[in-house]
Amino acid sequence: MLRLAPDVHRQMVGHCLDRVPEEACGLLAGPPGAGTAEVCYPVKNVDESARTYTLDSLGFLRADRDADERGLEVIGVFHSHTHTDAYPSPTDVDKAPDPGWHYVLVSLRHGEAVVRSYRIEDGNVAEEPVVVEGL
Amino acid sequence: MPIDVRMPTVLRQHAGGQATVQANGDTLGDAVEDLVRQFPGLAGQVVTDDGTLHRFVNVYVNDDDVRYLDKLDTKLSEGDVISILPAVAGGDG
Repeated sequence: MLRLAPDVHRQMVGHCLDRVPEEACGLLAGPPGAGTAEVCYPVKNVDESARTYTLDSLGFLRADRDADERGLEVIGVFHSHTHTDAYPSPTDVDKAPDPGWHYVLVSLRHGEAVVRSYRIEDGNVAEEPVVVEGL
Repeated sequence: MPIDVRMPTVLRQHAGGQATVQANGDTLGDAVEDLVRQFPGLAGQVVTDDGTLHRFVNVYVNDDDVRYLDKLDTKLSEGDVISILPAVAGGDG
């Protein structure tokens, strides 16, 4: 399960909507091993594309440092699908770097944002529940 | 000259579970060699068999991407911090 602090959910979806028509991306940080995202870091998509994303590595570095200073660590990545459902594409699965991460998809296909989260290990995709705390 | 090396979560399992480790070297290449000597599980994770930086990682010395410096020949000075980050990408294209 992935728990999202309400501000994290709002900031993540807001960033995805702001970047339309491009795919948006960013990182989530939380206490190590807890499965709770407490901080959202919007990060530049260097592809500036509606169909692919590459997370800006300097943005990643800064997020990682900030999370470390807060006693948190990067626990996952999110990106938007502007015209497809909130399910990882074959490229998303192929390029997933860390089996410990939560892979969050924000689909904007149907106007209202649909948020889903997945674990991806050795090419196997497993959906997990997403809970927005306090809702 | 020990240099701090910040490890990404995905590689910490190969580095004794530590977030930051230390390596010795006058260049990035030497420091990575020293890392692999200490943690053999890191072999092939940062540098490919043909001796170039793996395309699945981004390596920074302080705030600079070493691909825009001298790659593995980048010189290190006391107080530098090396950060290893996985490349994160996806999409349907």
